[in-house]
Formats: sequence, C-alpha cells, structure tokens
Amino acid sequence: MDTCIEKIKAICTDLFSKGEVEKVIGFAGGSIPMATRPIAVTSEADVEKLVFNAFCGLNLANYVTKNNLPKDGAKIAVVAKGCDARNLVTHMVENQVPRDQVYIIGVPCTGMADKRRIAQRFEDEITQCTQDGDTFTVTSALQQEVIAKKDVLRHNCQYCTHRNPPVYDVMAGEPVEEQILDQPFPDVDHIASMDPETRWDHFAELTKNCIRCYACRNACPLCYCPTCFVDESSPQWVGKGQDETDITTFHFLRAFHCAGRCTDCGACVEACPMGINVRDFTRKLNKDALDLFGWEAGMDLDRRPPLDVYSPDDPDDFIK
Amino acid sequence: MMGNLLEHMGVDRNRLHFSWISSAEATKFVDVVKEISDKVRALGTTKKFAKDYTK
Ligand code: SF4
Ligand code: SF4
Repeated sequence: MDTCIEKIKAICTDLFSKGEVEKVIGFAGGSIPMATRPIAVTSEADVEKLVFNAFCGLNLANYVTKNNLPKDGAKIAVVAKGCDARNLVTHMVENQVPRDQVYIIGVPCTGMADKRRIAQRFEDEITQCTQDGDTFTVTSALQQEVIAKKDVLRHNCQYCTHRNPPVYDVMAGEPVEEQILDQPFPDVDHIASMDPETRWDHFAELTKNCIRCYACRNACPLCYCPTCFVDESSPQWVGKGQDETDITTFHFLRAFHCAGRCTDCGACVEACPMGINVRDFTRKLNKDALDLFGWEAGMDLDRRPPLDVYSPDDPDDFIK
Repeated sequence: MMGNLLEHMGVDRNRLHFSWISSAEATKFVDVVKEISDKVRALGTTKKFAKDYTK
C-alpha cells in the first residue's frame, strides 16, 4: 500500500500534465491521528497532498454527483477502492454520472482499519499512529502498541469479496486476491436466528443512542436525493425528534432506499459519531439481493438492478 | 425485500400484506382490506412502529 500511493501520485501527475482531467478526488491527511479527509486536487502541484492508507474508509463516489461534474463535459478522476468503484458503477447505472466523464484510478484494496477497535485498546487519547505496510504503531501518552491491520479490520472489510475495482481506467497496483467466504453474512444469520421480540429489541438497542445527525446518510453515495425524505416538512414523512418510533422509521426507510444498491462500503458506520452499526439493516437487504436475485451492486455497467426491472421469474410468493 | 427487512427487524409477518390490485378491481380491494383488518385485529395491538403521543 506504501507503493500504491506513489503509483496514484504518478498517475495523477501524468493526468494533469496531459490535461486529461480537471480534478482528482482522493484522500488527504487528516488533522488528527487515524483520520483522512476527502480532497479535490486541481493542479499538479497539489498532487503531493494525496495520501492512501488504512484509514481511507469514506467512500469517494459520494463526491461524484451530477452537480459537481464539470459542466463542459471535462473529466474528473477518482481514487477508488473496490467499494468506491462499485458505487461509481451504481451512479452510472442510475444515470447520475456518465461513464466518459469519470476516470477511475482503481486501488486494489486490502481493507480499512476500524479506528474504534484500535481506540478500544487505549485508555487515553491516541496521539500518533503510523502505518508501515500491514502494521500500525499507535502511541498515546500512556502506552505504545504495534497492531496488525488484520486484527483491527473493519467488519465490512472482513466480509468484502470485491477488493479489486470491477471497473476502472487504470489500476494503481497489482490486483489483490479476493476472499472466498463460506458464510458471507454470519451477522445477518445471527440476527435471523433470534425470535421476533429479541430481533426487535436488538434493533431498538442498536439505535437507541442515535442522535439523528444524518452523518450516515450524508456519507452514503447512494443518498443523493436533493431533498431527503427525513428533511421534508410538507408532507412530513417522519417525525424529526428522538422518539424511538421515529428513529426506527428513519433507519428502516433509509436502509430500504439502499435495497439492491448498497455495496457495504461501510462509510455510514465510519461516519457515525455514536458508533452505531447501521449496516445491520442494509446487510439484510444485501443478503436478500444476493439470495433472491443473485445480485451484488455495482459489478456491471450493463446489468439493471433487480428492483428496477421486471422479470417473469421474480420471486412473488409474498403477493397474496 | 421490504417485507423481509421488516420481519428481520422483528415485525410480525402476519401484519404485512402485499397484493396486486388493479384500479378496476374495486371489490377485490374491499375484500383484501377486510381480510387484512380482520387478521390484524385478531393479532391485537402492537407497540412496534406505533408512536406513543402521550409521552
Ligand atoms: S469494503 Fe472491500 S474494497 Fe471497500 S474498503 Fe473494505 S476491503 Fe476495501
Ligand atoms: S450517523 Fe449515527 S447518530 Fe447520526 S443519524 Fe446515523 S445512526 Fe444516527
């Protein structure tokens, strides 16, 4: 991954010098340890600002929307992990952005670190974190630890089976080996094994600290509606306070809007200030999309999503 | 998938009903609504997705 950023920079420098793209959307260093921020680089001189490490957990497809594409048809380049690239494909399939305006710099991904899992190992605030290949050296005032990335991988990355971008213009490295999982959705199966009351309680417990900040929605590349249903006031679809019914309604509907579209990139969980694993909702939909329709989002520019086409052999035993 | 997610969240499947009714099928609509109301009434009240306005 260390060499990966050098390749990314070389590709970007080349793109700018040839005048092929107007800007590059990538990651830059954050202001605190274990953080990065999205950046739009517009000149060769700024390419140095780009970074790529195990804390690039947001999804950059979120910054490629109809409204921020150059109006003159010029291209923008995006640094894309497997999941970012799949969300770019989803944008294209949903006619949000044209394929020929986006230059995908594919990154073969080995997973992102869960900063909460790292922070849990410390009693006090982490002051420094350096990454060397697949290990981190993390320092606080009281302790220093060397942590292997595989021990603190984000949950979604542990179960990711598409680390290499399925669609790209150039790759910033050799493809990595894809995982083959016997059980791709053990978490969903676990919830499904509970009785209905326990399931209800599980979700109530999960979302009880939700402050309705909508960071999860804002981090999500799928949520590009000009006005989200939760923000509408006429009609008001859902109450805006912290009533538990309103919270549940928000989470249920937000998740369902991602049905057949979610790539499980984990940006929602990455963004949540309360550490809520909202993926418990979307993962069920992803499992059903796979089981019922053999569908994984963002893999193919030429296939329509299952909820967007009718097929005579669609499952219909629920219609009475 | 919507029904499956609701069921996954702990909502009783018997409270959910999906039907295909054409705008010309008024009688079918009435029959289906009656059937659902009876079924759900028999299940009793639920607190799930029901906002408590007394709070
Ligand atoms: S979900 Fe896959 S592609 Fe995305 S960051 Fe994790 S391992 Fe990489
Ligand atoms: S980011 Fe977390 S706290 Fe904010 S609305 Fe989403 S789940 Fe709730």
